[in-house]
Amino acid sequence: MKTQSKILVIIASLLLILTFFFPLWYIDLEAPQYPEGIGLRIWVNQISGLKPNDLSNINGLNHYIGMKEIVPDAIPELKVMPFVMIFLLIFGLLAGILGKRSLVYIWISLFIVTAAVGMYDFYLWGYDYGHDLNPNAAIKVPGMAYQPPLIGSKMLLNFNAISMPHIGSYILVAAVVLAAVALYLDKKNRTIKVPNA
Amino acid sequence: MNRKYLKAVLVGIAVVAAFVILHYGCQESKDLTSGDEAGRVYVAPGTYDEFYLFTSGGFSGQIGVYGLPSGRMFRVIPVFSQDPEKAWGYSEESKPMFMTSHGFIPWDDAHHPKLSQTEGIADGRWIFINGNNTPRVARVDLSTFKTAEIIEIPNSGGNHGSPFLTENTEYVVASTRFSIPIPDKDVAISSYKENFKGTISFVKVEQDGAMDVAFQILVPGFNYDLAHGGKGPSHGWAFFTSYNTEQANTLLEVNASQNDKDFIAAVNWKKAEEYVAQGKAKTFNTSYFRNYFDEKKHMGFSEEKKTVKVLIPEECPGLIYYLPTPKSPHGVDVDPTGEYIAAGGKLASVIVVHSFSKMMKAIENKEFETTIDGIPVLKYESVIGGEVNNPGLGPLHTEFDGNGYGYTSSFISSEIVKWKIGTWEVVDRIPAYYSIGHLCVPGGDTRKPWGKYVIALNKITKDRYLPTGPELTQSAQLIDISGDKMKLLLDFPTIGEPHYAQSIPADILMKNSKKIYPIEENAHPYGIKAEKDARVVREGNVVHVYMSQIRTHFAPDNIEGIKVGDVVYFHVTNLEQDWDIPHGFAVKGMQNSELLVMPGATETAVWTPLKEGVYPFYCTDFCSALHQEMQGYIRVSPRGSDVAITYGTGK
Repeated sequence: MKTQSKILVIIASLLLILTFFFPLWYIDLEAPQYPEGIGLRIWVNQISGLKPNDLSNINGLNHYIGMKEIVPDAIPELKVMPFVMIFLLIFGLLAGILGKRSLVYIWISLFIVTAAVGMYDFYLWGYDYGHDLNPNAAIKVPGMAYQPPLIGSKMLLNFNAISMPHIGSYILVAAVVLAAVALYLDKKNRTIKVPNA
Repeated sequence: MNRKYLKAVLVGIAVVAAFVILHYGCQESKDLTSGDEAGRVYVAPGTYDEFYLFTSGGFSGQIGVYGLPSGRMFRVIPVFSQDPEKAWGYSEESKPMFMTSHGFIPWDDAHHPKLSQTEGIADGRWIFINGNNTPRVARVDLSTFKTAEIIEIPNSGGNHGSPFLTENTEYVVASTRFSIPIPDKDVAISSYKENFKGTISFVKVEQDGAMDVAFQILVPGFNYDLAHGGKGPSHGWAFFTSYNTEQANTLLEVNASQNDKDFIAAVNWKKAEEYVAQGKAKTFNTSYFRNYFDEKKHMGFSEEKKTVKVLIPEECPGLIYYLPTPKSPHGVDVDPTGEYIAAGGKLASVIVVHSFSKMMKAIENKEFETTIDGIPVLKYESVIGGEVNNPGLGPLHTEFDGNGYGYTSSFISSEIVKWKIGTWEVVDRIPAYYSIGHLCVPGGDTRKPWGKYVIALNKITKDRYLPTGPELTQSAQLIDISGDKMKLLLDFPTIGEPHYAQSIPADILMKNSKKIYPIEENAHPYGIKAEKDARVVREGNVVHVYMSQIRTHFAPDNIEGIKVGDVVYFHVTNLEQDWDIPHGFAVKGMQNSELLVMPGATETAVWTPLKEGVYPFYCTDFCSALHQEMQGYIRVSPRGSDVAITYGTGK
């Protein structure tokens, strides 16, 4: 690969560092009683609130419908994900430094697989929280489940739950796009150079 | 003859009719409004007022909090008086705040709220207020709107001239309204002239707000009325009105109204600091209490102090001067530049405005009329800056708009008079309904007035509101002063008696307003941080219940093993960490008030059950959908019963 493309792949890899500083996803809950907003922020390695205490306040609200408490320490994915991210970072750096197109293709593939698995896992957790409810809960609505949407918004009793990618996800997308651009430019340069050779 | 007579009668009728028409035609209806006033005070649902207004509760002992321009009331802050709604003075934690050298005092007469200042500008950290009856000064924290400290003023007969401030809140001042023997002793009241003295106190305010009486000045036995700190060039001085310079001890309405001039006392407090540092102050034995609320421990503490430093003017030249001022002056108000000192001579025919620079020159040139107990009396002509003529009857108080005008309340003629600083001419006047006392311009006694409104604080409302029996509502009036002519916008009721008020732009306070107390910072010795720590502990006949509250249950909510004769302490911690989710607590037959526990706080109620039975308890603040389920039971067994302590929730 040409230097230009190598640099782009290296930049794409280094972008992953930023995912440790921005949440990947958010789930915000809208209700008249919460004009100031209440919501969750899902990071590579933790779940936090939109504001301090939001996680415990959401757990407090969820107990009325019998939802399990969301305890970030009990979610193994949050312990694994940082290592996956660091692996992708190092892999990408190597691909960039070595300048091998095949490695970049593999990197992008790994990336897409990781994202797909991650989304499916996120769905499973959402399904579990939304369906595995305490039968003795104070509020029981027949046929009602409280699974938040994977992406988009949905009314859950008095709350409108909005689930959307956060800055971290956009950074991941930017990294993949950069790597793809690097491949494209490299290919273009080659095809131009062939007649001159 | 007959025709002439008829003509005379017709002329007579015409004249009478003309007078009637003239009379009613010219009479200005007090309720006439031109139509846009409603829009000027309308704050649409869901939007905020522009200013906070803090009014004194007078004999209610509290502070009322309102929004301007709407006049909507948001809160009553309990200060000197017990308030069962908030358990103020009923919870174990707040009881120490009411301690004085006269014991637990559940009430006071609160007159003058005063916002803390930095460089002469209201900064919104605290608001101070005086207790007039049992001399005290309170400090209210404006991040929590809760009373943080109350200090008693020793050697005082009544703390009226208080709690006015120096420019950077270095000191809160306090002057005694009633002179008394100092130290107090058993003497004949008729020995007033010989035995009675006044004091002017300077209470030091530390950076964290902690107060202590730094020093007092022993002054002649007059009545000391009101005060204001100097600012700008007059920073370093404080001014105090006095009346009853006749030193009468009976029928003051006559006997204290004889002298043509009484005095404004000008105190050089920087000089006083020097004298104290030099050891010139005498140490008087006394007793006074300082009570403060520890926000981390969620608990009030009370400490007794036994001595106070006193300066004697005769031994401290240059400490204090008297400015002759007609006639029984009430308010003393310093203009935003710090140069002019306006006096409300309540029986005077003019508003007297002293000049600070002329006062300094007169002191330098020793232009003294006489000396009273070591205090030089300056010559009136030497200190006078100007006189406002035709100010209305009974001028009391002046506030300023920052645009070169003063606004003086006139009690007897029931009006506000606007006059120009420098030319001293009256430029406008507007009636007040009725009998205005103090008035308030936001920041109007500071270096930076927000001169948009003046608020009239009235003593009498008569026909202004729906009647409520012999006692009618107290009231304030909002008047627009943004144009040349003052314009009445709104009447609104207030709690207690609004003596003085203070106002500040809302954005200065809003951003500091606390939402919760972080539970991890809760250092209450009987507080708990999680439901698993809830428990009941018996120590002899004392039982401590460590109780938690969270939507929507108490832990424990079933308690057995309490016996008649036990002293039960409920230490109730609200574990919520969400804004606007207090929980209440009340037990059937409790001899004190409910508790209203803020998120992250702990409060304690003591209960002595008098007879056996089962006692329900419940949350008194509608907290959530299952609030009505937030309840519990306490079983009380006979004295000497062998029912063991057991407790739990959901078992």
